[in-house]
Amino acid sequence: MKQEFNITIFSENYIGLLNRITINFTRRKINIESLTVSASAIQGVSKFIIVVNETEDKVRKLVGQLDKIVDVLKAFYNTNEEIIYEEIALYKVPTDALYESDQIEKMVRKAGARIMEITREYTVIEKTGHKEETQALFEELNQFGVMQFVRSGRIAITRDPIERLSEFLKERDALLGSID
Amino acid sequence: MATKKVTGSQAVILSLLEEGVDTIFGYPGGAIMPIYDALYDFDQQVTHILTRHEQGAVHAAEGYAKVTGRAGVCFATSGPGATNLITGIADAMIDSIPLVCITGQVASPLLGTDAFQESDVVGISMPITKWNYQITDADEIPEAIAKAFYIATTGRPGPVLLDIAKDAQFQELDFEYKKCTKIRSYIRDYQIDPFSVKAAADLIDAAKKPFLLFGQGVIIANAEAELKTFIEKTGIPAAWTLLGLSALPSDHPLNVGMLGMHGNYGPNVKTNEADLIIAVGMRFDDRVTGKVSAYAKNAKIIHLEIDPAEIGKIVKTDVAVLGNAKKSLAMLIDNVKENKHESWLQEFRECDKIEYKKVISKDIYPEKGGLTMGEAVRIASEKTNNEAILVTDVGQHQMVAARYFKFKHSKSIVTSGGLGTMGYGIPAAMGAQLGAKNRTVVAFVGDGGFQMTLQELGTIVQNKLPVKIVLLNNNFLGMVRQWQQLFFEKRYSFTELQNPDFIMITNGFGMAAHKVTKREELEAGIQKMLDHNGPYLLEVVVEKEDNVFPMVPSGASVSDVILEA
Ligand SMILES: Cc1ncc(C[n+]2csc(CCOP(=O)(O)OP(=O)(O)O)c2C)c(N)n1
Repeated sequence: MKQEFNITIFSENYIGLLNRITINFTRRKINIESLTVSASAIQGVSKFIIVVNETEDKVRKLVGQLDKIVDVLKAFYNTNEEIIYEEIALYKVPTDALYESDQIEKMVRKAGARIMEITREYTVIEKTGHKEETQALFEELNQFGVMQFVRSGRIAITRDPIERLSEFLKERDALLGSID
Repeated sequence: MATKKVTGSQAVILSLLEEGVDTIFGYPGGAIMPIYDALYDFDQQVTHILTRHEQGAVHAAEGYAKVTGRAGVCFATSGPGATNLITGIADAMIDSIPLVCITGQVASPLLGTDAFQESDVVGISMPITKWNYQITDADEIPEAIAKAFYIATTGRPGPVLLDIAKDAQFQELDFEYKKCTKIRSYIRDYQIDPFSVKAAADLIDAAKKPFLLFGQGVIIANAEAELKTFIEKTGIPAAWTLLGLSALPSDHPLNVGMLGMHGNYGPNVKTNEADLIIAVGMRFDDRVTGKVSAYAKNAKIIHLEIDPAEIGKIVKTDVAVLGNAKKSLAMLIDNVKENKHESWLQEFRECDKIEYKKVISKDIYPEKGGLTMGEAVRIASEKTNNEAILVTDVGQHQMVAARYFKFKHSKSIVTSGGLGTMGYGIPAAMGAQLGAKNRTVVAFVGDGGFQMTLQELGTIVQNKLPVKIVLLNNNFLGMVRQWQQLFFEKRYSFTELQNPDFIMITNGFGMAAHKVTKREELEAGIQKMLDHNGPYLLEVVVEKEDNVFPMVPSGASVSDVILEA
């Protein structure tokens, strides 16, 4: 059965590595639903979070291939239940609409969103949350005509008490030291 | 080591020498000219083989790597030179062959401008290399080359590609070479888990019908002795994949033959009767397993494998032993009990008798009809005392050669398994000969594949490489014709060839050649080829519409192997 999985990859920060990672998805015809890459807590190490909708068997084999990439430090996957995750969305609405009624303000309050910037022509609203939540706010605001909308890829952390990578890097050092 | 000022190009050659490279296969062109210029001063230390096509260079490097166990090295220029390497790199990737490919690239300010002979070879080769890297600064050269050799040759080996911009080849650097010994993001070997060894040993001791399948992993890990000791201690019959061939002598009493589509009858049928499969350094390729859902259903599966991504990829494993096969087999030997499986082994021998009667005798000792591929292979093997290196191209002759050529020594088979690359044979044979100068190299090629890379006869002659080529000419793309006969109602769509005069062509390259068409001439013809001092091509005109059997039809279960049409 297909379901959402979150693939986390820790890698060196090298040119072309994103390509080397994504060709593994392409080759197996697995769609990337969302992708975020940025510096991790450890200097020089990048963290990818890739969301796919696939069977666990396919995801497990895919992650095995990703983990094998020379410049990848570690790849693993989690279900949504195993992680805490967020996405961020920005909405641009006409400022007129904000003044004509208090509906937008109510929507913003109810959704736990915030207003970032108000100009004469437009107002920018920001909301973090799961996709359904940011999507719901979009539908509501769109009654007033959303002029621009953007949603980020997913960011996530595991429910483990520590970053798995630091633990992992220690183990890796021990392993590399022990193999003759 | 003291540093010295050299150019990037000189650093390339010096780094290769530091890695012990003695042979380079390549083809020059604009973007790699500085490296070729540097090479000019090192002709005493390193042999460069100028092939006639970059595909020839890369397959030759594969052949060299196969017989030496060291990385094969090839050079090509940017653009078309680099793209001509692609087939060979893909071949090396799927067959786990260590290669270091060095391509020239346009000068770094021109990258991305569609400059003359610019192609994104790093992008193109990404899915088919274990690692690749573009160098735009000469300072990076020694470290990148050290990394390249380390990655290509350790763990599960594979091809790597370094793309060096022309300006970096001209730049100066302070040269200092340090071999690479570790990369933090890369594990080349695992510590073998004693618990999984113990679990495996328990299954092995308890099994009534255990069956060992070995692949190239045994050869890569130099684990031939351990394999032999293990099966002798446990009495377990062992069968090989195409790439595992020669890891165990052909006449070993526990060697029960070849697995897979055109493998032996016993190994295929008995796979589905075994109660335990011990897979060593093999990856359950579909040509081996047939229909996976009907594969080895009565057996528990133990998998000894260095690549974690292979474990559970095709079949579900009961016990996985992750790590180098030499070490894991050694640990298993210590943990298993001595045993014998005489009656189980006897079942294989019964299958052999059936196969011999229905297939083998007609293949290798035919009495009537045209010449067969099988008899040519048998005679060549006998006359080289089963000590030659066998090289093949791809097709029917490849399967026949693998079935009937016999081996005493490991690292003696050079064939394109995973990719099935026609055109591989001739260039791979020359690489194998350079890697094993004192051994006889016999290459079997079909009339189809031969015509894909026959220009390399020129390279063979120029370098006086005494390879013996047996061209098995059936005037057809035989393997495809066989499938058309069996599965497409004999509709021979574009498989018959109008062939040239192969003898005249070979002679035109300055190489001795002879053609045999009759049974009476065959032995003498092969003898003459082997006795000839230098390269030689023997064309054997064989029956046009012979088929290779046994056969596991694609999509069928291994136990549905057929012995005749
Ligand atoms: C580069 C390439 N193209 C096509 C094929 C498909 N193919 C597999 S075997 C074969 C026929 C080979 O014919 P030949 O070289 O005459 O050898 P034979 O089978 O007759 O021994 C073909 C076309 C291939 N394996 N490789």
